[in-house]
Amino acid sequence: MAPLDKKEENSASGGVDEIFKIPALECGAMADTNTFAAAPEHNEPLGFPGELIDNWQEVAIAKMGELAEKNRAFQVYLDACVKCGACTDKCHYFLGTGDPKNMPVARQDLLRSVYRRYYTFAGKYFPWLVGARDLTKEVLDEWYTYYHQCSQCRRCSVACPYGIDTAEISMAAREILDTVGVGQKYCNEIIAKLKKTGNNLGLNPKALRATLEDLEEDLEDETGIPVKLPLDVKGADILLITPSADFFAEPHIDGLLGYAKVFHAAGVSWTLSSYASEAANFGMFIGSYENMREVSWRIRQAAKDLGVKRIVFGECGHAWRVGYSFLNTLAGPFDFLDQNYPIPQHIMEFTSDAIDDGLLKIDKSKNDEFIMTYHDSCNVARGSSMGRKEGGQFDLPRKVLKAVCNHFYDMDQDTIRENTFCCGGGGGLLTDDLMDLRIKGAKPRMTALQQVTTDHGVNKMAAICAICKTQFSKVMPKYGYGMDDIMSVHQLVANAVILDGQDAEEEQDAPEAAAVEEK
Amino acid sequence: MLSTLYAVLFYVATVILIVGTGMKVARYARTPAPLKIPVSPAPRTKRGVWFRMFREVAFFQSLFKSNRWIWVFAVLFHFGMLLVLLRHLRYFTQPVWWWVELIQPIGVYASFAMLAGLGGLLLRRIVVPRIRYISSPSDYLMLALFLGIVLSGMGMKFLMPVDILAVKQFFLGLMRFQINELPAQPGVLIHLGLVAILMIIFPISKLLHAPGVFFAPSRTQVDNAREFRHLSAWASQLPPLPEGIPEPEEGK
Repeated sequence: MAPLDKKEENSASGGVDEIFKIPALECGAMADTNTFAAAPEHNEPLGFPGELIDNWQEVAIAKMGELAEKNRAFQVYLDACVKCGACTDKCHYFLGTGDPKNMPVARQDLLRSVYRRYYTFAGKYFPWLVGARDLTKEVLDEWYTYYHQCSQCRRCSVACPYGIDTAEISMAAREILDTVGVGQKYCNEIIAKLKKTGNNLGLNPKALRATLEDLEEDLEDETGIPVKLPLDVKGADILLITPSADFFAEPHIDGLLGYAKVFHAAGVSWTLSSYASEAANFGMFIGSYENMREVSWRIRQAAKDLGVKRIVFGECGHAWRVGYSFLNTLAGPFDFLDQNYPIPQHIMEFTSDAIDDGLLKIDKSKNDEFIMTYHDSCNVARGSSMGRKEGGQFDLPRKVLKAVCNHFYDMDQDTIRENTFCCGGGGGLLTDDLMDLRIKGAKPRMTALQQVTTDHGVNKMAAICAICKTQFSKVMPKYGYGMDDIMSVHQLVANAVILDGQDAEEEQDAPEAAAVEEK
Repeated sequence: MLSTLYAVLFYVATVILIVGTGMKVARYARTPAPLKIPVSPAPRTKRGVWFRMFREVAFFQSLFKSNRWIWVFAVLFHFGMLLVLLRHLRYFTQPVWWWVELIQPIGVYASFAMLAGLGGLLLRRIVVPRIRYISSPSDYLMLALFLGIVLSGMGMKFLMPVDILAVKQFFLGLMRFQINELPAQPGVLIHLGLVAILMIIFPISKLLHAPGVFFAPSRTQVDNAREFRHLSAWASQLPPLPEGIPEPEEGK
């Protein structure tokens, strides 16, 4: 049945139908795609049993009941679904794999069927009627498989007439799994590492300082200006909390250099913290309030210890969801910070204000080789906001991009803003053991990108999420792009900003002259 | 005998509907939302949320955007049902309110809309493989139950007229705790029997989507987490985390 609303487009690239082409159902297509299980040393630091406990069934069922008592969303979402099917074609993993268990409602039903069996009248006495089933080891394994094929991007929630959010169900399922000792290696190992070192990478303060010094040198080589990347500076105005990927991965680093240039040009004092050297909070992915709170707590302590007035977050999708929507809850109240600024603030809000205040000198032509589009990262788009107006999370990044680039084209409107597709690697799935899923899950986004490439010659895509950037640099080559065709928004800002004392025109033509000017 | 049976049935069904649904609603209301999870872009004010919910409930806004066919059938069914229910107020009021009098003919047409909507939803459930995949027996039975109610109701209106005045006397009587004679005509008995079943299963079935929609945090929360600290009761009881930063092992 063709949707009534899909307009026909005279696009050389095949129109929107190509993006939303609904695959034929292929039962079990992804049943064998499993992410590596966590070892005891990954689970235990998070407060979970090391491995599957003996009375797992009893504990899992009790945990399910506890979550229903503690979380209204879980309780209501399990009851309210009418199986209308509006969400069935909205998940990028379903569109990419055709596995019916990757349809949002079917994914929810993996858990709902068990909840019904133990917690509802109909499921207790008429299980066959409402599709209720016992919790067996097979069911537990199925949860592990398919709740690790959900990136918690919330695209299905937008489609649902009741706002049922599969992300909430998938987080709850992962928490139940963790509670009985079945953790995922990728997420749990990273959280354990963060608790030890302050960041997901396990980077110690010394190594971090050395990395930042190298980057300062690069910046000075490029601009001739001593732009700083301060670490643990007490009394700075701003504490920057940024994903640790910004310290080592491409194109993330270029974004970090962009923040540094913006702060420098705006003339504010700022610092990073070695204790809270991570914006990411994988506690969200595993649905653990306690772990999420512990990770967030480091930010509060770092801000207090350094005596800063403001907290600014770098480009990171789920980190911004935690920052914007949860941080005040988990680690607030932030009464010791300057109340004249949003707490926390996004770097995009900072840069946008700096542009409005005329603090940035910009040469857009520096980005003329790039024909840009913008990928709305799912957690930013559907789990947070920015600025003073509703929808700022869509408008501010586009405003900044357009302020620093001459060529910008949006992708199809059903694939951007609140309808954006996940990159395919979010929600704790950015691990090599799920590469097959990641490549398939990126398909809708890549198809929309290929269309603007065909129609407008778009050659680069920008994003403001560390996971999106890593994911795209890995999967874009599979879709005919280069691994550097994904860029940080602040990378483009960095290209275009001209710092005071930096001679924009000469520098390119006469490198020697620039070197001399360095004094 | 039959009248007594149906009288008891309706008293029981009414109690189950009101108490059962009331308990569910109380449970939804009591259960805390530990975090702010409005699906954005979300309104930043309470008024904005009221407006958002109004658009969802009155126009099925999200469904309109996500699937136009389901939206068409859902609108036909739900708003058809609303008009039919309003029309039925005449059987519970004496004298009949003027506006209920006014919508009588519309209410009759609305039954066709209900039928078309139900037919469409059932057809989709059978024909579209994705929706067939997610359907349980109860999903078909629920549609069958509604179809039974609508068809028996339309049957009485158009094919086999019943002693509707007596039916009205029966219900007016029930409302005053007295049992009047219910005409023992098949249309009446089938229609009322199915309605009673519907009332009884309401609090234990997916019909809970009706109250549930008002309790979904993803839609009903105000997007103001940065301005106002949201803290659930159980979260505020968690043991406090340690203050301060432990000394780093190797120099800063």
